[in-house]
Amino acid sequence: MTPEELEQIAQSERAAQASIPQGINVCLAAGCISCDSQSVKDALDKETARRNGGGQCKIKGVGCMGLCAEGPLVSTNTGTLYKRVSSADAPALLDALEQRPVERLVCRTDVPFFQRQKKIVLENSGVIDPERIEEYVAADGYRALMRAITEMTPVEVVEQLVKSGLRGRGGAGYPTGLKWSTVFKAVGTQKYVICNADEGDPGAFMDRSVLESDPHRVLEGMLIAAYAVGATHGFIYVRAEYLLAIKRLKIAIRQAEKLELLGADICGTHFSFRIELRVGAGAFVCGEETALIASIEGRQGTPRPRPPYPAQEGLLGQPTLLNNVETFANVPPIIRNGGAWYAGIGTEKSKGTKVFALAGRVQNTGLVEVPMGISLREMVYDIGGGIPDGKRFKALQTGGPSGGCLPAECLDIPVEYESLAHAGSIMGSGGMVVMDESSCMVDVAKYFMDFCMSESCGKCIPCRVGTYQMHRLLDTITKLQATPADLALLEELCDLVKNTSLCGLGQSAPNPVLSTLRYFAGEYTNHIEHNHCVAGVCGKGEPA
Amino acid sequence: MAAESRSVQNDKLLFLNNRMAPLTKPATPSEDRRWKIVDATMRRVGRNPRGLIETLHTVQEAFGYLDQPALRYVAVSLRVPLSRAYGVATFYHFFTLKPAGKHSCVICQGTACYIKGAPQLVDTMKHELGVLPGETTEDGNVSVLSARCLGSCGLAPAVVFDNVVAGKVTPEHLRQQLAKWSPHDS
Repeated sequence: MTPEELEQIAQSERAAQASIPQGINVCLAAGCISCDSQSVKDALDKETARRNGGGQCKIKGVGCMGLCAEGPLVSTNTGTLYKRVSSADAPALLDALEQRPVERLVCRTDVPFFQRQKKIVLENSGVIDPERIEEYVAADGYRALMRAITEMTPVEVVEQLVKSGLRGRGGAGYPTGLKWSTVFKAVGTQKYVICNADEGDPGAFMDRSVLESDPHRVLEGMLIAAYAVGATHGFIYVRAEYLLAIKRLKIAIRQAEKLELLGADICGTHFSFRIELRVGAGAFVCGEETALIASIEGRQGTPRPRPPYPAQEGLLGQPTLLNNVETFANVPPIIRNGGAWYAGIGTEKSKGTKVFALAGRVQNTGLVEVPMGISLREMVYDIGGGIPDGKRFKALQTGGPSGGCLPAECLDIPVEYESLAHAGSIMGSGGMVVMDESSCMVDVAKYFMDFCMSESCGKCIPCRVGTYQMHRLLDTITKLQATPADLALLEELCDLVKNTSLCGLGQSAPNPVLSTLRYFAGEYTNHIEHNHCVAGVCGKGEPA
Repeated sequence: MAAESRSVQNDKLLFLNNRMAPLTKPATPSEDRRWKIVDATMRRVGRNPRGLIETLHTVQEAFGYLDQPALRYVAVSLRVPLSRAYGVATFYHFFTLKPAGKHSCVICQGTACYIKGAPQLVDTMKHELGVLPGETTEDGNVSVLSARCLGSCGLAPAVVFDNVVAGKVTPEHLRQQLAKWSPHDS
């Protein structure tokens, strides 16, 4: 495969697309498939075949269009978006291609949910067929890879990443360029690149959507990373629950191998790279880098103390570059448009865009990509469309079990690594769950503690025993049987677990408790002193 | 533990080029043809201890669960101590040591589902069938499981009935579905 051959594929694909005048895209990502979008696509296929043998209109299965709450979603190549489509609507949709859109199904796209977004990672989601490499190539895919390996040195690639200001999208926000240059400089007989697709935070499905909607983008990001750091072998560690993502990744890897974009001597250079898929087995702690590496080595996924960091000693003791799916997905556009372009988006310390999974008590649930620096208020009220059923906003949870709950007073802070951390939460991987007055914050803290307790790997004592004891104390509080001494003990334990645990899971486990204690202390005192739960959630249930 | 460190060294060298020293193949636990699939996976990973998780995935896919003879067979074949095979099988939530029920019902326990009423679904389940997530009814009819997050947060609360995802499930829905599965009706 040479750059010219790639251009050839892109051109013939574009010509083929232009030759069919009409097009309908049906979302076939997991959210819409749960609403039976497959039968909508089948009905459309059948109807077009019946009408004109299928030559006039191309029915295409595409990735996530974002507004998962209104699925199944269907779009046309004239820019109309339809929501809640059923298979019975197929004839009407095809008729409408010649005339005006079907009014009752139209989903307006001039609303803030669509207008406020800026798509870089998701630029192809909902547009291209994720199971065809030609479509990705026609959308400028693998151009960045060609450019990197034929025109740039590894050092120049790393420089562009440094210039872009991209930071790890898995949650911690470590500067990606710095990580790459560490692995580049590290000495080893063999280097590895690992893509962390073990997206475990409840309420987060960004990585799954990216893998389902645009898997080649992640492969291209990994290839560029491998070239930059000098790796020859890569792994994608993906959750076993993500069946569709696994299927599409397998297809993507096979297609890339066939076009010799993966394998030996790529593009006639001396750069070789192979990618293997590793399926996880349901352990949240495997999102931690050293635990993930242990799991790839076929062992129990327990973390180990760092340093040495994986950049120096990772998989099989060799220098290993480990990045999140979304981080890799940002790489091709950065190489294509230059680091300076990317650095122009976002705020001073947080560059670019971030994908969020908006869920919970909010009108528009789904997947959104916004520029860094947008305020949380815009996220909830403009993009999210506010709280349904006339209820009042109570808290915004970011960062999953490692993050915190932010109250209405914090809604004006911008989406940035530092600002969110300062407010007691974290950016996290991108889960954003909105809660209204029907949620009790002590109960929510207990929910997250229950999560951390059962997901603790048990290696270090602060996390194994501390999360259990904190959960017990929270349980007593939610049963309205706690004393002020219990609360003091809880606070002490938070401090201890946070500061003495081995890995990120334990160190961040107290965050939901700490943030609710900081902003919703009144609810704790209400439970303890007045035996009263404002939301009416606690006290009713029997012991867990 | 010189022997072990040597085997780690070997693993390092042989991780990528799957040329492991020849090994007498242990006898399969039964005549079941499904062991051929398991053997194929073990061949693919080069009978390397690093292929343990992948092999266990195959066993569970083929047989539905991991019983003791299966764990023993895999452990011997991949030359890992039985304790490590058992450790891995019990460490990861995805592996189960008990056979599953005829029907399965996975209740999502993600944050969005929790906020929108998953606890009530668990209560309903407990009331209707007397089982909690992770358990199977005594007659082996229904296995109730919980998922950390299905990623169908837009449809919260979500439940997977026999591999079909249902969204915005109410306790009433759940009762109807369980009635359909009831062995007394059919």
